[in-house]
Amino acid sequence: MNIFDIIGPVMIGPSSSHTAGAVRLGNAARAILGEPVAEAVIGLHGSFAQTGQGHGTDLALVAGLMGWPTDDLRIPQAFDYAKETGLKYVFKNINAGDAAHPNFVTFQLIGRTGNESQVAGASVGGGRVVISEVDGFSLEFTGEFPTILTLHEDRPGAVAEVTGILSRRGVNIAQMRVFRRNKGGLASMVLETDQPVDDSDIAAVTGLPLIRSVRRINAIS
Amino acid sequence: MALAKISLEEWIQTATAQAVSFTDFCVEFQSKELELTATEVLARMEGMLSVMEESIAAGLKGPRSKGGLVGGDAQKLQRYLAGKQQNMLGSFIGRAVAYSMAVGEANAAMGRIVAAPTAGSSGVLPAILFALKAEYNVKSLDLAKGLVVAGAIGMVIASRASLAGATGGCQAECGSAGAMAAAAMVSLLGGTPSQVGNAVAITIKNMLGLVCDPVAGLVEVPCVKRNAGAVSQAIVAAEMALAGIESVIPVDEVIDAMDSVGQSMHCSLKETAQGGLAITPTALALTEKIFGNKI
Repeated sequence: MNIFDIIGPVMIGPSSSHTAGAVRLGNAARAILGEPVAEAVIGLHGSFAQTGQGHGTDLALVAGLMGWPTDDLRIPQAFDYAKETGLKYVFKNINAGDAAHPNFVTFQLIGRTGNESQVAGASVGGGRVVISEVDGFSLEFTGEFPTILTLHEDRPGAVAEVTGILSRRGVNIAQMRVFRRNKGGLASMVLETDQPVDDSDIAAVTGLPLIRSVRRINAIS
Repeated sequence: MALAKISLEEWIQTATAQAVSFTDFCVEFQSKELELTATEVLARMEGMLSVMEESIAAGLKGPRSKGGLVGGDAQKLQRYLAGKQQNMLGSFIGRAVAYSMAVGEANAAMGRIVAAPTAGSSGVLPAILFALKAEYNVKSLDLAKGLVVAGAIGMVIASRASLAGATGGCQAECGSAGAMAAAAMVSLLGGTPSQVGNAVAITIKNMLGLVCDPVAGLVEVPCVKRNAGAVSQAIVAAEMALAGIESVIPVDEVIDAMDSVGQSMHCSLKETAQGGLAITPTALALTEKIFGNKI
């Protein structure tokens, strides 16, 4: 926590959790997809479903999917811009269960070049968000740090190879966690770093033998 | 994530021992924490101030809110006060109250604001700071320093209690915003570090137990008027502190009391729209009107 977490963010109202947080969830989902969004199915749970409309949560989520920041003055007109840019979206109310955070959202996304991603996360207060699911993996990251997301084979050495490459390139890992679907199968690593990660860092990690794919999510401002 | 508790009393003692103003203490301390120069920190704060100033102007134009429950009251108050030879608020409080409602209404209308500490309580600090500018000729750089003081107080409250209505009720949002604003006022008007602490303590004590019960779950009713209430509480506490009146309960203990009150508060009164004003017959009828049968 620092003083600009208290004085800030600059945002479009009315609610840090239901508006600014919703923009950031959209930003994170777009970054995970890795390209402009062509089609989105957005599932709203709990308070997002019940009071979201009055808070502009729907507008904020679509604005976020277009990559806009939380203080973009066009947010109230996000639907019009989405139409112009060819982003098709549909909202549905979902029930993610009592254990889910009240401000929980799911995205099924198709990108301009046909990439697909499923992302889920929650707005946890003050505009902060937590991503809890990516393409079937249950995981956890906040988007507050530059983040690397891998898909890799669950075999000895995969983690050491990635952390080794990053340490040689001067990238310090602030937090990291490893998740897997099943033992010896596909796994995912979430690495949150102190330094920004550039294209060459990503290329170096992608070239490792046990790595299937790598995605980068820049820190959400 | 639990944060390490910050003691405001320790900061006050340090500033007093170093014989520096609380403002200078906060600017230096926070710049070090951020690994930035004071000039860089203050420049960022001046950026926040210009957004705050714009949000006041936007709100005074009388925009209608997204949910349709608020809008135009800041303008109404400003016009009423301007047309009266004499009024009970006086020029400083009158101006600050109108400004606070303006930002609250701009926020509810999806305008651009600075969440300080939250969007729901975003009217309080701009109101106080720009009233100081208009009525006391406080310069922009000093207003930026005031924001650093306010932010520092917010950090103490976040570490010992909470700034979220969902965790601590409205005392945590408008109460904290009021305490932050009171600290900025006292410090900018030449109060001692202990007077800053007393202003924070008195503001929080007078707003202790305030529940968060938004009609239809929206940041509209009673949020806009609660910002106005917080502004007046902050001014009352600041003047008392500057007069040398002390809080009997030390400020850190007052903040801890706010935390325990927040924890005891029933969840229907913590931003869930399940209690208080939110379940009055009128509120329920408005909720149905806004959302149809969606709730």
